[in-house]
Amino acid sequence: MSDFLLILVSTVLVNNFVLVQFLGLCPFMGVSNKLETAMGMSLATTFVLTISSVCSYLVHQYLLIPFSLTYMKTIAFILVIAVVVQFTEMVVRKTSPMLHKVLGIFLPLITTNCAVLGVALLNIKKMNSFMESIVFGFGAAVGFSMALILFSAIRERIAVADVPSPFKGAAIGMVTAGLMSLAFLGFTGLVQI
Amino acid sequence: MISIVMSVLVLLGLAVLFGLILGFSSIKFHVAGNPIVDQIDGILPQTQCGQCGHPGCRPYAESIANGEAINKCPPGGQATIEALADLLDVEVLELDGEHADIPIKTVAYIREDECIGCTKCIQACPVDAILGAAKQMHTVIIDECTGCDLCVAPCPVDCIDMLPIASNITNWKWQAPADPQQVFQQIIATDKRPEVELQS
Repeated sequence: MSDFLLILVSTVLVNNFVLVQFLGLCPFMGVSNKLETAMGMSLATTFVLTISSVCSYLVHQYLLIPFSLTYMKTIAFILVIAVVVQFTEMVVRKTSPMLHKVLGIFLPLITTNCAVLGVALLNIKKMNSFMESIVFGFGAAVGFSMALILFSAIRERIAVADVPSPFKGAAIGMVTAGLMSLAFLGFTGLVQI
Repeated sequence: MISIVMSVLVLLGLAVLFGLILGFSSIKFHVAGNPIVDQIDGILPQTQCGQCGHPGCRPYAESIANGEAINKCPPGGQATIEALADLLDVEVLELDGEHADIPIKTVAYIREDECIGCTKCIQACPVDAILGAAKQMHTVIIDECTGCDLCVAPCPVDCIDMLPIASNITNWKWQAPADPQQVFQQIIATDKRPEVELQS
């Protein structure tokens, strides 16, 4: 149990996907203008990341390894992610139209989110077990969500702040992201895995 | 050679499996939309121009189904309104004036030698585009004026004119083609044949 807790803390704080490993920067900069959309995006990403890390583990374990095709894992994982995203969109549209309205445009965007592919590949690299893969995927998603929501909350305040005109918009966003990244590097050494 | 065939077969199998899952779930999780919305959406011209105040034709179709006016679609023109009225069994309306065409942009101009300095137009101006003080003549800051006409009515000596902005190198734009609604009326937004009278 404590193993899982360590993985969770490690992926959320120490090896935060966005701020330490610099994966999934596109939605991090692109969807963080408003807190509401950031929350929608993090919800969708959490869901897809967890499911796709499970699916890609299964595909790797029971399809690629027996046929000794592990060198095809990138292509296979891209396929898995695309299918999971598409399937998720269908299910959400059917079961909860409200959630579909909130997540709507973000779901297809996740297909090209490198954090999702990164989690799948890192799971293989770290030789995680099935449960560990789930926790790792979920932890990565929580870390992504936390970084995205914190960053968008900061950006909402920056939008009304008196920023020098050369720094307005994306520039001050980049500076802020850099500072947040520095702050998260402070967690290094909290846990060792 | 074997390994290439193997990898192609395995990925093909994976793709077929996923294709089956998606195909099956698209039938299983098919969302039955409101049929009237689909019909309204079919009549609308699908230009997605947003001139009705909705982000696209489908949202406008949804709000028409919820009782919004049918006359807010300039690209569709009168033909669309008639088709919608026919479908929904409501009265045919004129194209909404607000959505009809873009009015000529004007700015206020104060004839300064007639101005008595009453400050009434200053109080009326919503954007503080009129400069002046009591018993001093007033003038309009052209860059700030939005052409809203609100200062014209309060002026006791009627010395405010609304002048059209002359086009110059900073505000000139390409002219739209002459009355596209006329040109496209037969093409867009209707699948009905023009009624031909049979000659007996």
